[in-house]
Amino acid sequence: MYVLSRPALVLLLMMAIGLGFYPLVGDSYYIRLLTKIMVLGLFAMSLDLLIGFTGLISLGHAAFFGVASYAVAWYIVKAGVTSLLLILPTAIGASAACALVIGWLSIRTAGIYFIMITLAFAQMLHAFFKDQKYWGGTDGFNFYDKPQLVFGDTVLLDLSNRLTLYYFTFAILVSAFVFLIVLLRSPFGRAIQGVKVNEGRMRAMGYNIRHLKLISFIIAGSLAGVAGFLEATRTAYVNPELMSWHMSGNVMIMVILGGMGTLYGPLLGALALTLLGDNISSMWDHWLLIMGAFVIAVVMFLPEGIAGLIEKTANRFKRKPPPKEETEP
Amino acid sequence: MDISYYLIQALNGIQYGFLLFLVASGLTLIFGIMGIINLAHGSFFMIGAYLCWWLTSLTGNLFLGILAGIPLAVALGLLIERFGIVHLYTRDHLYQVLFTYGLILIFGEMRSILWGNEVQSVQIPEILSAAIPLTDVQSYPVYRLFISLVCMALAAMLYLVVQRTRLGMTIRAGASNREMVQALGLDIAKLFAIVFALGAALAAFAGMVAAPVQSVFPGMGDEILIVSLVVVVVGGVGSIKGAFLGAMLIGLADTFGAVFLPHGAGTVIYTVMAIVLLWRPQGLFGRT
Repeated sequence: MYVLSRPALVLLLMMAIGLGFYPLVGDSYYIRLLTKIMVLGLFAMSLDLLIGFTGLISLGHAAFFGVASYAVAWYIVKAGVTSLLLILPTAIGASAACALVIGWLSIRTAGIYFIMITLAFAQMLHAFFKDQKYWGGTDGFNFYDKPQLVFGDTVLLDLSNRLTLYYFTFAILVSAFVFLIVLLRSPFGRAIQGVKVNEGRMRAMGYNIRHLKLISFIIAGSLAGVAGFLEATRTAYVNPELMSWHMSGNVMIMVILGGMGTLYGPLLGALALTLLGDNISSMWDHWLLIMGAFVIAVVMFLPEGIAGLIEKTANRFKRKPPPKEETEP
Repeated sequence: MDISYYLIQALNGIQYGFLLFLVASGLTLIFGIMGIINLAHGSFFMIGAYLCWWLTSLTGNLFLGILAGIPLAVALGLLIERFGIVHLYTRDHLYQVLFTYGLILIFGEMRSILWGNEVQSVQIPEILSAAIPLTDVQSYPVYRLFISLVCMALAAMLYLVVQRTRLGMTIRAGASNREMVQALGLDIAKLFAIVFALGAALAAFAGMVAAPVQSVFPGMGDEILIVSLVVVVVGGVGSIKGAFLGAMLIGLADTFGAVFLPHGAGTVIYTVMAIVLLWRPQGLFGRT
């Protein structure tokens, strides 16, 4: 069963408090940067459900992120609608529908095929949005209005306000985290973790592996859609690169860097990678060289990620044997 | 839109298919034998094209440029295998994906530092610059035929090496049962190095011969990588025969997709892939 270790819990509480109060003291540049980090953290967390808990290595997760972003842009640019109550459900629905179709096709395969097929389908959507003039082509869309929650004549929530967007993102991130913990502790959540550990045994026990994987794939896709909604709202700009495989690769790096299968690790990964990119990209034109070396170094020396490092240090500090790895679902 | 127009398109599709085969055959062998998913394979294609452009402008001759470029590509392949890929043999696919993704970033920036980010072009040598007239207005460039012929010869050579030589026998054995090859006392480390360098050289060579017909640009490696992955998935991982048929199918589908569906051309090959997967999830020649 998924249990948060004590150091993780302390760290999360500190992060939550920090994020909650930061806008009172911080300047606007970092408020924007933190909003971006929270959006990417949510995106990475949704991928962790697949990689870290279900054992599905998807290299096309950006597809769902991008589709939801385009749903936002379509409402605002093409339909002139800014109602949050309309845009958010449609964005999530579009991602979920894509995840259903892509998942249904990809889950028939496993291992290396699954990696390549998810990548290929994401590229297909990328090519589609890039080719179609209606969808803005390579340039995508710029827009000025942002989603609003209006009741009668009063604006309850205006996401064009920087602070409103910050706290809205924060609230969604916390809810998604709680939702995933509840999910992972539910019978379904235990079943998918069983699939990751020993698929054959779960099948022998009578579980429908394909259904479990597909449902997990759809949930992860929908959450990536929520992140995509926030990303489009944050930047008021969409283009096909949102679903390019570099996006999928980056979010995978965040998951591994942070520590897969920990749920809070990907948040740390998003934080670390974004801060790193933010700092070195302004220093050197060829900063991706450092990024590439960094990714390789993580694979070689930190396969458990930052979260693994935290848990290991905490265990050593306690001088107790590390908790036995849980294999039973 | 007459018959010769379609003939030209078919020839273009076949020529593209041959290029895809050179890249995809290495990709499929590296996976089938070494168990490595190598996302950096497309980078070898890009590096080949830039090497060709650089060496051709140095020597003033395309053939000299290619001849000088091949040993460099082999050396690069051996280097990457020895110092990078060797750490991945026992690792999960997930880490292979990340590691080779990191390699792509490094290769891309090295290219940017060494050769810049500009789009380059390579002159077609004079002997091959003619075009064969098909009708009054349409003709087919000799250089494209040359590409097809060279690739065909290489494919035939690859077939002979894999089917008729001792090395090929080991490669086939490695693709079907890696542990058994090791247990029989064959030097698996040497085999892996040869296969990886061969794959890298084939991809780089494809980039070199393609350089004069398509412009040389930074993103060309990513482009061919994704299409080659589709080829490998369609053909079946580990199968050279599958890679060949898959490459032809995808090459033709892509070319004719652009003819019949100019606004949805980018999605045609993925639709082909989805159909093949519905029918045979393990690819045309893949083993279950």
